[in-house]
Amino acid sequence: MTQSPRTLYEKIWDAHVVETRDDGTCLIYIDRHLVHEVTSPQAFEGLRVSGRKVRRPDLTLAVPDHNLPTTARRDAAGRPIPIADADSALQLAALTRNAPEFGIRLIGDSDAEQGIVHVVGPEQGFSLPGATIVCGDSHTSCHGGLGALAFGIGTSEVEHVLATQTLLLKRSKTMEVRVEGALSPGVTPKDLILHIIGVIGTSGGTGHVIEYRGTVFEGLSVEGRLTICNMSIEAGARAGLIAPDDKTFAYLKGRPYAPTGAEWDRAVAWWRSLATDAGAKFDKSVVIDAASIPPTVTWGTSPEDTVGIGGVVPDPASFADPSKQEAARNSLAYMGLSPGQRMADIAVENIFIGSCTNSRIEDLRAAAAVLKGRHKAASVKWAIVVPGSGLVKAQAEAEGLDRVFLDAGLEWREPGCSACLGMNPDKVPPGERCASTSNRNFVGRQGPGARTHLVSPAMAAAAAVTGRLCDVRELIREEASA
Amino acid sequence: MEPISHVAGRAIAFGRKNVDTDVIIPAAYLKTITREGLGKGAFETVRAEPGNVFDEPANAGAPILIAGDNFGCGSSREHAAWALLDLGITCVIAPSFSDIFSGNAFKNGILTVPLPQAAVDRLMVVAAAGDTVDVDLEAQSVTTRFQDRFAFEIDPFRKSCLLGGLDEVGLTLARGDAIAAYEARAATTMPFLSGAVQAA
Repeated sequence: MTQSPRTLYEKIWDAHVVETRDDGTCLIYIDRHLVHEVTSPQAFEGLRVSGRKVRRPDLTLAVPDHNLPTTARRDAAGRPIPIADADSALQLAALTRNAPEFGIRLIGDSDAEQGIVHVVGPEQGFSLPGATIVCGDSHTSCHGGLGALAFGIGTSEVEHVLATQTLLLKRSKTMEVRVEGALSPGVTPKDLILHIIGVIGTSGGTGHVIEYRGTVFEGLSVEGRLTICNMSIEAGARAGLIAPDDKTFAYLKGRPYAPTGAEWDRAVAWWRSLATDAGAKFDKSVVIDAASIPPTVTWGTSPEDTVGIGGVVPDPASFADPSKQEAARNSLAYMGLSPGQRMADIAVENIFIGSCTNSRIEDLRAAAAVLKGRHKAASVKWAIVVPGSGLVKAQAEAEGLDRVFLDAGLEWREPGCSACLGMNPDKVPPGERCASTSNRNFVGRQGPGARTHLVSPAMAAAAAVTGRLCDVRELIREEASA
Repeated sequence: MEPISHVAGRAIAFGRKNVDTDVIIPAAYLKTITREGLGKGAFETVRAEPGNVFDEPANAGAPILIAGDNFGCGSSREHAAWALLDLGITCVIAPSFSDIFSGNAFKNGILTVPLPQAAVDRLMVVAAAGDTVDVDLEAQSVTTRFQDRFAFEIDPFRKSCLLGGLDEVGLTLARGDAIAAYEARAATTMPFLSGAVQAA
């Protein structure tokens, strides 16, 4: 019997079915489990109370990231600096205690490899194509950039995976997002994914796994693909995928946890076989012309509230759906914006370059390229660059990027989640605006009353220089004519 | 998990669309190592609005929340489910839910009831007038004293777990042999995926 054509998602799913129940629910094996300090304490406590063990510590990796301050972690004498916030310290201490108690490898806050879980996983070769990867964090979708089936889970599921290395799941529907053509100069993977979310909406992918297909995604670097898949959850999709190819294999080869020797060759052969078959059907398909995508920013408090940098703040009355009209009115009130205002006129006082979406070396290079030889505007009060991991930080320093940021008047920080979410000391003050390379512009996300505009690293750098949301292509043109 | 078969009582007529988990429970409240006490931070930004539905005295302890499309979008924080439970909410009715939130709710014995927008609109009217709503999991129906009756869908496995208050980890551990058989199979077919990390 010949098998009918299958998508990348269906092939990974089929390879991980432990058993199928009568109602169609499947017990799915999990190959990689990343654990951080916020969503794991209650899971470990659950295991302890019921006297259960971790089934596969060798498939589990723990890294603290959300709570860590990004200021210096050691004093001049090399002693650890205690964490001032008692609750943060308690949560971090719980992970430091739980990991060894359950036999799990911990990359601790003073290890050179520490960073944001979604930066560390691929960087260490822990995340691999064709693997099922979970973490108690919705941006786990990120690892789909390697061709892994990766998704966020809640704490009860964290406990379930720790105890059984499986999850009970229903197969998702499949959705294809196809972008063909070439991106315009100055348009980055972040602009691309913001534009896609604007098109399909924040619940457009609910119940689906998205596969990003077409020449644009084939042309992206692995890091660009991680940025794309990272934000799949902002379109409601639990996971996003891009087929692994030679770029993926070159990126992974030689990384600490990647397979070696004959196993590597065998892995590559299997990874190549995972690409969606010709003729495979998707439940939903969205096609976008790459040339139509401008540098993109958000105006509201949902990631679907996107507009090209050359555009204006929309009129809530322009939306067909009455509930969207109300949401837009609330968003504009919170954001302190009026309909018709030009996006490029909006002044920003804060700049955040970092997060699991945009804190890898290519992101820092893109920001540095704009900032080199320039200085942040006097009106910009706070501008920080937070590398995604200790290894990214070391690489950036080897390339002299830290000097570029410091010379431009930006701060150069230690790795962590930082100002992406209000859990650590990096927050945007109430009523102030931030051009942020993170992934969520929700009410209060960067701190109570904080107003977030999501942008690419290059656009954040341009905003730092001009003190307003700004089309980075203006600065590139300036350079060309200088 | 406590068994759940029937939720009846006051319903909070919230109705908002795309309520994200940062709204349900802001990140500042996630720095806890227990599941209790999160109600104090629940819907903090909404409760800062004068006249909000959560602080109406009559809604104190209401077991049902009515919301708009895409409830619980955003982060995977199970704290959102724990915060609802701490407020006494054990049932949420909305046109749709985010995938992760509905899973988290289910695992904590919170019933998520998807109904068409028109039905949600009608229940909003009933709830805003102070009338009670009755959700019957066994019959998969939502009713009011005005003869409203709306049927809803629920995954049969989730339904049986909720009715029985079953421990999912325990159920899966009982399938240990099947998991071990899979691991033995995968060790030969996909050896490059097994055994990544030298354990601590």
